[in-house]
Amino acid sequence: MAFYRPARWQRPLALGLFIALTALPFVLEAFDQSFYIGFATRLLIFALAASSLNLVLGFGGMVSLGHAAFFGIGAYVAAICQQAGINEALLVFPAAMAVAGLFALAVGAVSLRTRGVYFIMITLAFAQMVYYLFISARAWGGDDGLPLAGRMTLAGFSLAGDNSLFFASLAALTATMLLFGRLAQARFGRTLQAIRENETRMEALGYPVFRYRLVAFALGGAVAGLAGALLANLTGLASPNLLQWMQSGTLLVMVIIGGVGSLWGGVVGAALLLGLEEVLAGLTEHWHIVLGLLLLGVVLFAPRGIATLFGRRDG
Amino acid sequence: MADALLEVRGLSRRFAAVDALKEVNFSVAAGEVHALIGPNGAGKTTFIHHVSGALRPDSGSVHFAGHDVTGLSMHERVRAGMARSYQITNVFSGFCARDNVALAVQGRADAGSSFRFWRPVAAETTLLAEADSWLAQVGLADKADTVAGSLSHGEQRALELAMALATKPRLLLLDEPMAGTGPEESARMVELIENLARHVTILLVEHDMDAVFRLADRISVLVNGRMICTGTPDEVRSDPGVRRAYLGDHL
Amino acid sequence: MTQLILEQALNGLQFGLMLFLLAAGLTLVFGIMDCINLAHGSLYMVGAYFVAAATQAADSFWIGLAVGVAGAALVGLLLEVSLFRRLYRRDHLSQVLATFALILIANEAVRAIWGPAAIMLNPPEALAGPVEFSLLGDAFFYPAYRLVIIAVGLTVAALLYLLVAKSRVGMWVRAGAANREMTEALGVNVRGLFTAVFVFGAALCALAGGLLGPLLAVQVGMGESVLILAFVVIIIGGIGSIRGALVGSLVVGTVDTLGRALLPTLLRATLPADAAATLGPALASILIYLLMAGILFFKPQGLFPARA
Repeated sequence: MAFYRPARWQRPLALGLFIALTALPFVLEAFDQSFYIGFATRLLIFALAASSLNLVLGFGGMVSLGHAAFFGIGAYVAAICQQAGINEALLVFPAAMAVAGLFALAVGAVSLRTRGVYFIMITLAFAQMVYYLFISARAWGGDDGLPLAGRMTLAGFSLAGDNSLFFASLAALTATMLLFGRLAQARFGRTLQAIRENETRMEALGYPVFRYRLVAFALGGAVAGLAGALLANLTGLASPNLLQWMQSGTLLVMVIIGGVGSLWGGVVGAALLLGLEEVLAGLTEHWHIVLGLLLLGVVLFAPRGIATLFGRRDG
Repeated sequence: MADALLEVRGLSRRFAAVDALKEVNFSVAAGEVHALIGPNGAGKTTFIHHVSGALRPDSGSVHFAGHDVTGLSMHERVRAGMARSYQITNVFSGFCARDNVALAVQGRADAGSSFRFWRPVAAETTLLAEADSWLAQVGLADKADTVAGSLSHGEQRALELAMALATKPRLLLLDEPMAGTGPEESARMVELIENLARHVTILLVEHDMDAVFRLADRISVLVNGRMICTGTPDEVRSDPGVRRAYLGDHL
Repeated sequence: MTQLILEQALNGLQFGLMLFLLAAGLTLVFGIMDCINLAHGSLYMVGAYFVAAATQAADSFWIGLAVGVAGAALVGLLLEVSLFRRLYRRDHLSQVLATFALILIANEAVRAIWGPAAIMLNPPEALAGPVEFSLLGDAFFYPAYRLVIIAVGLTVAALLYLLVAKSRVGMWVRAGAANREMTEALGVNVRGLFTAVFVFGAALCALAGGLLGPLLAVQVGMGESVLILAFVVIIIGGIGSIRGALVGSLVVGTVDTLGRALLPTLLRATLPADAAATLGPALASILIYLLMAGILFFKPQGLFPARA
């Protein structure tokens, strides 16, 4: 696999998508389908969370099965801040990122000493640890989770309106994709990809491999924390279900079907999975089975993800 | 030894019940080309692994430029000035040749930090220009844009060398650079190493005896994990222990 | 107090032995086929459901157990032949995705057939009551059924030990765990061996599910929580090692059970009441993970790694 390099049509496509998304709330209103803005916001948030995992997995080559921990921590930080009286997103969101990022730093520092299946299992186990911690913490809602009294304000503007939260999420996703896009082509991105391809060679070239992986892992965790804080605002609840390993699995599935190593893997995967869920749930009560079978199909017949099925290989 | 750049004292390593290396004493003087030869399975590559830091010994120590580096990791030793090429080609087969060498340049301490998140590497003209110059040195100037995986075997060996050189080492560990190359590519490689020997200290592991006797200032012979002889090419050629070890094969 | 500790210790032993049934199959699949199977917990769940259904149909626990385990083993066989065979050579990521998909399918299929509520599985009549022991002069009661579980668990452990350490098949299994390519090169029917290992693991899962059914709830999603513990066990014990799985399960089983029982009391005695109330259960549940992190810090390959 070569270094990531954006295809020529990517910029205009991304720009077009951005414009389309900014217009979306108004289009939905015009067709009296405003209900879907909530779904669209949810999609953006999961695209953000999945993209943060894509940095760790797709670019860094680290198969983390505990990413949901950082996602959930972000949500809880938001709820706890609000409980403590801090309702300004410009304070809360960075706090969520910082806490999630620091926790990711700690988990990474221990886990990245291991390899292969051990790494997968230990990240999974740490996430479970966080899950149990939060459900036993009665001060933070225990089993039921910690509700938010209302949405926060962003630089004074209330996020209570569905459109406002949609735009806040869009802004977060756009900023992240811009950063990741630059990062992927910069020295850090190249180093990460090279480590993914051949770790020993990088060591033999003088790179402290552990350090780069750790930074990527922590950065991915921090961005997941941001997504969690946004989700808490959307749903009004910091739920311990966000910390469950099935949630980690879902994020992983999104990245895999979206295209591992493609910059847009997280976005495409989130859109596909959530879109599929929406469609299938309308068709049959037992849509999980259909989803499962589709995923099996992807594994067996399209190993590199959906993005590659349509010839969209980045770099 | 007075100005030994590399010194190995009493290095021992067991794998399960086998003594891969037994009480190896060895040194490389600054500026020389020191060849390490021995029959297959003697432990030469294992020895290189211990010098470069890929493996840790059971006992004994490795000293580089006067410092004890036995406890240092591989990347720390590289930073101290040791570079190696691999016996089995170990380049990044998915990246082009230029990008391979660029990674080596980027990794150098004097090239600045790799914790840079914004500027695309493609825009770093100085970095890429230096990568091109290293490629030119090993004769791969016209293959800079070729994907490393599509280079011929000999060209890949040359790329390996370019990458090791780009780290500007004081000591170059070459593990069978001529492995699997034909006579023409072999001759080119020997010329290359001869040129390099003028500015870099080289520890050369090789089976190709013509190359060894042409390039080496000193030769050491490793048999069954033990160093049985060290000396000038003539001394080694006439040593009875060495003749016995090779059963008259090459000498 | 001694009664409480003894009771919890026995509970821990019982839990640990059941964990061992799960971990043994998992570590073999991991160790020999290098295959991550997230759906291992689903086999446990399917086993429990089959045993419950068969017990109701046959109106006998033991027949139900035998039929249920056989049925689950058959499911395991079908899965191995149709799906897992193709996954062995794939990367871990693909295995994660495929087995995750299996969990979705299994959970939903079970829900579709038996409904979302827990279903009944009763222990055999004869074992429903407690057994009386004499402990230091006092009477000590312990459920007969749990004693039987312990007995079954110990028997299986002993049989597995004999099989793996003393038999030819066991030798192949150990060789395969240590070095797959070499074992193939030596002419062992690797394909058949893999299938046998997988099916055997499925049977062990089902046995654990069936035996634990009367104690825990037989319901959708019961496999997931126990699966994580099984993973922790094999990380601690070392992937590919049966001995490691046994030691790991016993350690995890006893630490978890005793921790949950004793830690809150211990903390209440040393800390102010409300601190103990929050810290107690939280610490008890994460104790296992702290233990795992601790062990991995000193021995990243686990206690008894099968591969050097």
